[in-house]
Amino acid sequence: MEDINKKLAKAAPGKAVSEGTQYPTVELEPAELRGVAQALKDAGFDYLISLTGMDYGDAFGTIYHIASTDDPANVVVLKTKTTDRENPMLYSIMDIYESANLYEREVYDFFGIKFIGHNDLRRIFLRPDWNGFPFRKDDKSENSTPTRNITAEEMEEMPQITIGEDGKIKQSSKMLFGKNEYVVNFGPQHPATHGVLHLRVSLDGEIVKKIDPNFGYIHRGIEKMAESLTYPQVLPYTDRLDYLSGAINRHAFCLCVEKAAGIEVPMRAQIVRCIFDELTRVASHLLGWGCMAMDMGAITAFVYGMRDREKIMDIFEESAGGRLMPAYAVIGGLSQDIHPNFKNRVTEYIAYQRKMLKEHHILFTGNPIATGRMHKNGYLTKEKAIALGTGGPTGRASGWSCDVRKIEPYSAYKEIEFNEIIRNKDTKTGDTFDRYIIRLDEIEESLNIIEKLLVKLDDTKEGDFKAKVPAIIKLPAGDYFQRVENARGEFDVFISSDGNKNPYRVKFRSPCMTLISALDPICKDGKIADMIMIGASLDYVIPCADR
Amino acid sequence: MSLELSGLINAIHEGLTGAIEAQWLVSLIEYVLVGAGLLALYALIALFLIIFERKICAWFQCRLGPNRVGPWGIFQVFADMLKIMFKEIIPLKHNDKLLFYAGPCIVVIGSFLTFGGLQFAEGVHGVDLNIGVFYLLAVSSISIVGVMLAGWSSNNKYALIGAMRSGAQVISFELSACLSMMAVVILGGSMNLSTLMEKQEDLWFIFQAPVPMLIAMVIYLIAAHAETNRGPFDLPEAESELTAGYHVEYSGMTFGYFYVAEYCNLFINAAIGALVFLGGWQAFHIPGCDGFNAVMDMCPSYVWFFLKCLFFIFMSLWVRWSFPRLRIDQLLHLEWKIMLPFSLFNILLVAVWVIIF
Repeated sequence: MEDINKKLAKAAPGKAVSEGTQYPTVELEPAELRGVAQALKDAGFDYLISLTGMDYGDAFGTIYHIASTDDPANVVVLKTKTTDRENPMLYSIMDIYESANLYEREVYDFFGIKFIGHNDLRRIFLRPDWNGFPFRKDDKSENSTPTRNITAEEMEEMPQITIGEDGKIKQSSKMLFGKNEYVVNFGPQHPATHGVLHLRVSLDGEIVKKIDPNFGYIHRGIEKMAESLTYPQVLPYTDRLDYLSGAINRHAFCLCVEKAAGIEVPMRAQIVRCIFDELTRVASHLLGWGCMAMDMGAITAFVYGMRDREKIMDIFEESAGGRLMPAYAVIGGLSQDIHPNFKNRVTEYIAYQRKMLKEHHILFTGNPIATGRMHKNGYLTKEKAIALGTGGPTGRASGWSCDVRKIEPYSAYKEIEFNEIIRNKDTKTGDTFDRYIIRLDEIEESLNIIEKLLVKLDDTKEGDFKAKVPAIIKLPAGDYFQRVENARGEFDVFISSDGNKNPYRVKFRSPCMTLISALDPICKDGKIADMIMIGASLDYVIPCADR
Repeated sequence: MSLELSGLINAIHEGLTGAIEAQWLVSLIEYVLVGAGLLALYALIALFLIIFERKICAWFQCRLGPNRVGPWGIFQVFADMLKIMFKEIIPLKHNDKLLFYAGPCIVVIGSFLTFGGLQFAEGVHGVDLNIGVFYLLAVSSISIVGVMLAGWSSNNKYALIGAMRSGAQVISFELSACLSMMAVVILGGSMNLSTLMEKQEDLWFIFQAPVPMLIAMVIYLIAAHAETNRGPFDLPEAESELTAGYHVEYSGMTFGYFYVAEYCNLFINAAIGALVFLGGWQAFHIPGCDGFNAVMDMCPSYVWFFLKCLFFIFMSLWVRWSFPRLRIDQLLHLEWKIMLPFSLFNILLVAVWVIIF
C-alpha cells in the first residue's frame, strides 16, 4: 500500500493522496490530468479499469480507476471536475489509454462533458438526434420532445474538439465513412451479433476494412434507474446486465453494498454464492462455445452446449427458483437455504460434464475445418488487450493474467486454491483458437473449484445462510468499488453514496463494451466469415455493454 | 409376378395403342403422363427429404424432431407445404421484378429438367439420350443462373455477396464433378446411361476399378455436396454471416421454390452418384455366385436405386450436421489446389487402368 502511495505521489507531485479511502485517490485540476495519467502509465499503471462520469450538483467530474498489470492489486483513483455547468469540458486521455475512447463517449453521452482531443465525440448509447443529457441531475429532457430533426449525414459526423496553437478551442468534424465505401449493416437484428448490436462494416469484396459498432439498442438506463431505487431494489436489474452471468453480477452488487455497510456474510452463503458463480460461468462458457460453433456453421454443437447448460438451469431452479437469472444472492446472504438435493445434483453434474467435455472436444476442437479457421487467425496481443481493457478469457488467451478472482480474491475464493487458466504467457499473443479453447479449459477448472467448494460446504451450519441486515440499508457517504470476475471479464460495481437509502450514482463497468471495441482492430483486413467467428470468440453479450 | 414397374408401363402403352388409333395422340398422352408422373415424384421426393432431414438432424442433435402431426410427425411436412403455399409473397420496391421472379423459377426448372434424364428403375426413365451423363451435368448447372439472378435482382447487399460467393463456388466445384464423371465415362466407354447400366450388371463400377472409381466417387461427393450449397459449403446462405444470402428477400412460395430445389438437388446428386458409381438400379451381383445373385434380384430395381440414393443422402446429411463452414478462400483453395489436380490425375489413372485391365 505504501508503495502505491509513493508511486502516485511521484506521478502527481504536490497533490495530497487521500487517506482512508478504498484505493489511494488524488484530486486533480482538469489541466493536470493528462500529465498525471501519462506519468502513471510510464510508472506501469497501464490498465484503465473504468472511467465514471459524475454530476456533483455544482460540478461535473470524472473518476478514473487505473491499475497496474504487473502488480495487479495496485489500483489508484484519479478524480477531476469542472464547475462549468453550461459547457463542461475536460481533457481526453484516449491517446494514453485506448479504452478511454468508448468510456469518454459514454460520459459525453450521459453528462454532456466534452473531451478536448477526443477524435470521435458521437453519442454512444442514445440516438444521435437526442437533446439533453439524461444523467445530469437537473436534466428535464423527458418533459419535452427529446429529439430534434437531423439528416442522415449528420448522424455519421464525428465531432472533434481540439485546442489550436493560439489556445482557442476549435470544433470540427470528420465523416465516419467515405462516400464510395461499401458499408453493410450487421444487425441490430442479425443471428451472429448475439443480441441487438449494430455493426456497420465497410467492405472491400469479402475483406473487412472498418467496423463501427453502434450501441444502445437495448440501453435501459439501469444506472440512472438505480439512482431512484433502494439498494435491494437495484438487485434484479444487475441480473439483466449480462444475462448469461446474472448470478455473478448480482453477487458483485451484493458484495459492494455489504462491504460499504460492513455486513458480515455467513461462510455458507459465501460458498454457495461462489458455487453459483462457477456454475454460471460453466453455463455461460458452454453457451459461448455452442454459439461460436454455430456462428462457424456447426449447428449441432450449439444444441449440445444448450443441452448441457440445461442441467445447470435445473440445479438453479431447484435451489433458487429462477433459472437463467437465479435471483439467489441478496444483500447479506442468500434468499433461502440450498435444496437438500443440491449437493448430489451438483456432484452428479460435475461427473456428467467432464464426460461431455471430451465429446465436445471430439466434435469440434479436433475438426480440421474448425481448426483450419481458428488457428493463426484473429491475433490479439497482450499490449492491445491491456490498452483496450479486454480482460477475462479473451485477455487470458493473450497471456494477460487478469483473473480478478486471483488479483483481488473475494468471497469464498479466498478460502480455496485454484489455477488461473492462461495461454501464451510467453508469446503474449492469442489467436482465435486460444480464445476458443480457453473457455473449455475454464469449464474444467470451474468444475474443480466447485468440487473444492462443495467440500467446504460440509463444514458450515445448515440454515446459516443470511446475516442480519437492517430493513432500510443506508450506506455511509463515500465511493465504493467492487471488482468481480464474471464469465466475460472484469465486472465492477461503483457506488457513490451520499448517505441516503438510494445510491447517488451507480456505475457498472461492463466487460462486453471493451470486448466489442476490440472487434475493429482484430478483424481489420480479415474476411466477413472471420469477423463473425472472432466476434463469437470474444463472446460479448449486448445488454451488458448497453446497460 | 414381377414387382418391376416396366411391366406396368408396357401394359399402359399397349392399352393406349389398342384403344387409340392415331399414333401421335398416343405419344402425346404418354408424354403428359410421364411429365405428370415426374412432377409428382419431384414434389414427393422433396417432401420426403424434408421430413427425412429433420428426423436425421434431430437424431444427431439428441432431439426428437417432428412428432406431433400424424405418426412420427410425417404429416408435418404436408402442413408446412400447405402453409408456405398460402403465405404472402412480399413484393419489393426498387428491384428488377422480372429477374426477381425468374430467379426461383430457373432454379426449379434447372433441377426438374434433370429428372428427365435419370433412370429410376429397370426401364423406367424419361428420355434415354445417347449423351445422358452430359445432359445431366449440363442441366443441373442451370440452377446457378437462377441463384445469381436472385442475388443480383434483390438489390440487397447480403444477397449480392451471397450470390457472388455462390457463383464462385458452384462454377469451381462443377469442374471437379465433371472431371470425376469423365473418369466414369472413360471406364464405361459411353455417355448413355442405359449402356452404363448394362455395363454394371455384373459388377458395379466402384468394384470394377476400385482405386480410380473410389477417388472419383469421393471427389464427386464433395463437389456435388458443395453444389447443393449445404454445410460445410453453405457460404452462399451462411445463416450466421449473411442471414440467408441470395434468398434473403424472398418470401412465401418464391422462397419455397429455392427450398424445394435444394432438396431435389440433394436427391439428384445422390441419384447421379448412385447411377454411375453404385450401379444405379442394378442389384448387387458378384460374378460367379449365381445363387447369391438370384437372391439379390428378388428385390425390385427401384428399391435398389432409392436405397443407394438414401445412402448418399444420409452421408450428405451426416456431413452437413457435423462440420462447421469453410471460409471462401479455404473453399476455393480446396477446389483449385487439391481436388482439381486430383481429378485430372484420376483421369490419367483410369485411362491407364482401362488399357491394362
